[in-house]
Amino acid sequence: MKRIALLGMPNTGKSTLFNRLTGGSARVGNWPGITVDLLAAKIPVGGAIAELVDLPGIYDLHGYSDDERVVRHFLEEQSIDLLLILVNGVQLERQLVLALQLAELGIPAVLLVNMIDEARSLGLSIDCGKLGAEIELPVVAISAKYGEGRQAMGQTMAHTLLTGGNARPGTAILRLAEDDRIEQRAAALAAQTMRAPLVLPERLTDRLDRLAMHNVLGLPLFFLTMLGVFAGVFWLGEPLQNGMQFLFDAFSTHVLEPALAPAPDLLRGFLIEGLYGGITTVAVFVPVIVLFFLFMALVEDSGYLSRAAYLMDALMARLGLDGRSFVMLLMGFGCNVPALMGTRVMRSRALRLLSMLVIPFSLCSARLQVFLFIIAALFTPWQAPWVLMSLYLMSFTLAFLTALLFKGRRAFRSEEPFVIELPPYRLPTLRQIWARGWMEVRHFLVRASKIIIAGVVLVWLLTHLPAGVAPAGPASYAGMIGHVMQPVLGPLGIDEKLTVALIFGFVAKEVVIGALAVIYGLNGDALTSQIAHSLNWIQAYSFMLFCLIYTPCLSTIATLRSESRSLRYTAFAVAWPLALAWFASFVFFQIASRM
Amino acid sequence: MVNNENHSQIHPMTLPLTSLVPGQIASVCAIHVGEALQHRLHAMGFRAGKRVRLIRQAAFRGPLHVRIDSTDIIIRHRDAHCIELRLT
Repeated sequence: MKRIALLGMPNTGKSTLFNRLTGGSARVGNWPGITVDLLAAKIPVGGAIAELVDLPGIYDLHGYSDDERVVRHFLEEQSIDLLLILVNGVQLERQLVLALQLAELGIPAVLLVNMIDEARSLGLSIDCGKLGAEIELPVVAISAKYGEGRQAMGQTMAHTLLTGGNARPGTAILRLAEDDRIEQRAAALAAQTMRAPLVLPERLTDRLDRLAMHNVLGLPLFFLTMLGVFAGVFWLGEPLQNGMQFLFDAFSTHVLEPALAPAPDLLRGFLIEGLYGGITTVAVFVPVIVLFFLFMALVEDSGYLSRAAYLMDALMARLGLDGRSFVMLLMGFGCNVPALMGTRVMRSRALRLLSMLVIPFSLCSARLQVFLFIIAALFTPWQAPWVLMSLYLMSFTLAFLTALLFKGRRAFRSEEPFVIELPPYRLPTLRQIWARGWMEVRHFLVRASKIIIAGVVLVWLLTHLPAGVAPAGPASYAGMIGHVMQPVLGPLGIDEKLTVALIFGFVAKEVVIGALAVIYGLNGDALTSQIAHSLNWIQAYSFMLFCLIYTPCLSTIATLRSESRSLRYTAFAVAWPLALAWFASFVFFQIASRM
Repeated sequence: MVNNENHSQIHPMTLPLTSLVPGQIASVCAIHVGEALQHRLHAMGFRAGKRVRLIRQAAFRGPLHVRIDSTDIIIRHRDAHCIELRLT
């Protein structure tokens, strides 16, 4: 099968094009010698099936970041039949440098000039035919976002792939000394093929930025926007959540229970109270999580997060981090794992390690489920938003505090420069939001469903064995574990039953509420009212604090390990939050219960 | 600014990027940073002779928002200080 590699600078619309070409069917590929995950998908090109690989966005073939190393390595080690070089038409001159560097490798290539719609609206015009003749590569103008130029792109790709295009004896990755020559050539090419108005028209982006990047109003506006996003998610999510609960309950009473009536008690209990109860308790939150990811995709694709990086950098610099770390903390609200991987754009290892140390404090969507559930049980609808907000604030406070405490350590001290591009605001199309949101959601569902089923089954076994014990009673294995842990967790107000849920939360936070459902043998409203009776608000808040801070899930630990490539660092990144969780819950519980 | 074009040619006046006021334009004449950052800055458009316009600066000596051609860039105060400009 032929292999096509997609390459370009950051902010060229690479993922949008990739999604358009693949229809969101990408999988994480496995590449010998390449340590990071690269997305790949099979796509039809001119009647045959080819493999399309999405390489990380890079500025320069000779750069020093991890991403740039990955791309270099890939180009050198893998056989590539076609290189799709993507450039942003608005910034043609600057981006042609990378395109020319790549063209000199001698791999058959097609140059795609993207965002032709934006270029047009700025009054820029590009003579693609002339450009193609000059650089001896086929050049196609496209808009990955709106699908413009799709047909020409497909035909050119097929033709180049079939004929081997302009393959010529390539040089290896070029020497640095060549760069000056290439830069001059790029400038000359741009001058010949691009016509731009003398003064760029003021864009809507400029007007919006006067407000969004305002020295006084910028930050309050940003937090209001985020608040709006969360409010929107919960306001829209609640009726969906209730609907799901209603359907699950109805299915249980009218279908499952009658169907399983003849089954032995133990089996019926396992299937209904264990498996079904555990899984549906978690599944009820899926609509909220879906909405959450859709909204995050909207915020992320709009370009607003770069403004957040600008606004927060002065503060983050004092914490030994930078604006990008803050953006990754926000991304961690969805799931910590991609946020950790997002730190790859940082070149300094010290900065990466410090950012990765604080990202797991981000209140991810899995923890959000736990909190929504417990808050609904213990607090009035009027208190609920404030309780949740206090947890988000706590999440930021602990991340900042951790950075402040450790930024002076040698392993975390960095002089990394902070220079990022500020893309214009873009209204993502529904299709884009859907593709992004759906990808995240699918990832979440696959991960969650496997772990939740396994976790729920294990909890059921622990609470019902040895045979004949009272479920989750002191004689069950779960009861014994809880008993052993009491000297440690008792002073935090966390009882035996909650202890078992916490232990499973170590694997994945989604399991916590599934585990509670199994432990109490109840689900839906019955579970909520049981929890409201057996806990007071101080215990519940202490439990939530512990859940928020302690060891991130197994996937996060695995990512910390693979990204840092250091066992010692990983051990530290697990132990520190655990210690902090215990301390914070202890202080809160001891003080609050004495007041 | 009081300089007119002739004046600045006789006495080339250079200043760090951090000294620009919002709206002011000057061209890059030297970049005093290590090789790695030089590379990145180059790729983003900071090349000798390029005209840079300061759009705004964040509070508390926060990053600068500058524009080169049609690219907008955010650069930390400390890093911007290493970029030497000539008023044109």
